[in-house]
Amino acid sequence: MTEVPEHLLRRSRERREALGAAPSGGGGGGEGGGADASPPAGDDDGEKIPASLLTGQAATPATAGGAPAAAAAAAPAAAAVAAPPLKGPEGHTQRLLTVVKAGSIQDVKAQPTDKVHVWPHLLVGEFVAALAMTSFLLVFSAFVNAPLLATANFNFTPNPSKAPWYFLGLQELLTMFHPMVAGVTIPGIGIFALILAPFIDKNPQHKPEDRKFAIALFTLFLMFWAVLVIIGSFFRGPGFNFTLPWRDGLFFDL
Amino acid sequence: MARRPGNGNGNGNGHRTMGDRMAEVGDKVRGSQAWTAIFRPGSIFRKGYTDSPRNRSYVIMNSLLYHLHPVKVKRHAVKVSYTLCLGGLSFFLFIILTVTGIFLMFFYRPTSAQAWSDIQNLHTGVAFGLLVRNMHRWAAHLMVLSVFLHMARVFYHGAYKPPREFNWVIGVILLTLTLLLSFTGYLLPWDQLALWAVTVGTNMMGYTPVFGQQVKFVLLGGVEIGTDTLLRWYVLHVLLFPFVTVIFMAIHFWRVRKDGGISGPL
Repeated sequence: MTEVPEHLLRRSRERREALGAAPSGGGGGGEGGGADASPPAGDDDGEKIPASLLTGQAATPATAGGAPAAAAAAAPAAAAVAAPPLKGPEGHTQRLLTVVKAGSIQDVKAQPTDKVHVWPHLLVGEFVAALAMTSFLLVFSAFVNAPLLATANFNFTPNPSKAPWYFLGLQELLTMFHPMVAGVTIPGIGIFALILAPFIDKNPQHKPEDRKFAIALFTLFLMFWAVLVIIGSFFRGPGFNFTLPWRDGLFFDL
Repeated sequence: MARRPGNGNGNGNGHRTMGDRMAEVGDKVRGSQAWTAIFRPGSIFRKGYTDSPRNRSYVIMNSLLYHLHPVKVKRHAVKVSYTLCLGGLSFFLFIILTVTGIFLMFFYRPTSAQAWSDIQNLHTGVAFGLLVRNMHRWAAHLMVLSVFLHMARVFYHGAYKPPREFNWVIGVILLTLTLLLSFTGYLLPWDQLALWAVTVGTNMMGYTPVFGQQVKFVLLGGVEIGTDTLLRWYVLHVLLFPFVTVIFMAIHFWRVRKDGGISGPL
């Protein structure tokens, strides 16, 4: 929804009143008579030309040395009064051939959209989010310490030894496949498929109900990794054998 | 600047109040060449701020923020329920990680003889050392999580569709870089957790066909993890990967705006 600016509304109201006071003889009023709120800009242009031409013809000797501002102010009134005969600059009668509505020829590219100022509407939100994150991090860090185990020892392999949690899905795959498949091929294909996603998915729809297949596939993809990471993190104990965390405890460091 | 009427000695008895003096100093500072050199014409620090649509635009237009945000965004774009702030929080976590990481660099030497004891010393002998290390560690894990969730959010909104395909590709690269940043940092404490986690990770890397062993050799600085590995991963962690990440983030943010702001609404 676009709002017609206040000053344009006021101008069109004044114009309409001026026209109502001096009924048009078919000249200047032909275009400006429309009661719609949208034409005021075109209306303005359409009437200014004959008005200026008329005053130029009638009052050039008078205004040449005098006050142009006063003449300009008087122009609309003069146009309204002098409208009935309405002759062009060389005395020809001008006729209105057609009215071309804006938009039929011009291609309107920018559709008006509902926008808000970044300050304060977006920045305040971002600031609150950053503040909340900082305070959460600060409080959490005050109470939970990052792990620091014994110094690195090449002669003692902890059991189990686990990769960082985001790679535990891969380590989990390692129990099922050859290392090349689990550690290189599958994650490689995963990353490659992610990169190609926008070029594979040609469906232009954005609504979830119109792209059920893509969403199902992606959810499956996410769940595949999530389940593997969870199993690798919490359900693998000594020797990377299957355990139950509530029975044998956690074998997991962040 | 707005001054009280009869400024200087507005109380009528010739005495200048503290408020008058403060206002005078304020005027002098704001009129100084240094002040006008720092703040551009139109900056709210130069012309004052009263809430008006024009001034709301000036806040963005005349500050560094203009590189990040346009003056106006679509109304739905400020809804927390749409983006969940995930992309912005990932960026914010990156900033936190940079700040805390620089702090940690003051107290850390990347050699196998010193690394672990430096961390130990950071815990016990440095003011706020443990706290800052905790923040760095947890922020790193959170960033992996938030980048991952950001990707999921973008997918579920179909926001990778034209014209945003390329920005999605940049995003996947940024996800990979985030994982690499986290993984290279994992080795630096040089404790049992770090050593063996990285051993597991790099053993997998060695199975890359054709050039796997070469890649592993370059990354480890030898056939086994050692003090050379520590130096390499340290440089990768504090210099190379952050540098590359910042470049890709710049492209990412730039494309968000060039592709017409954030996607949606659904």
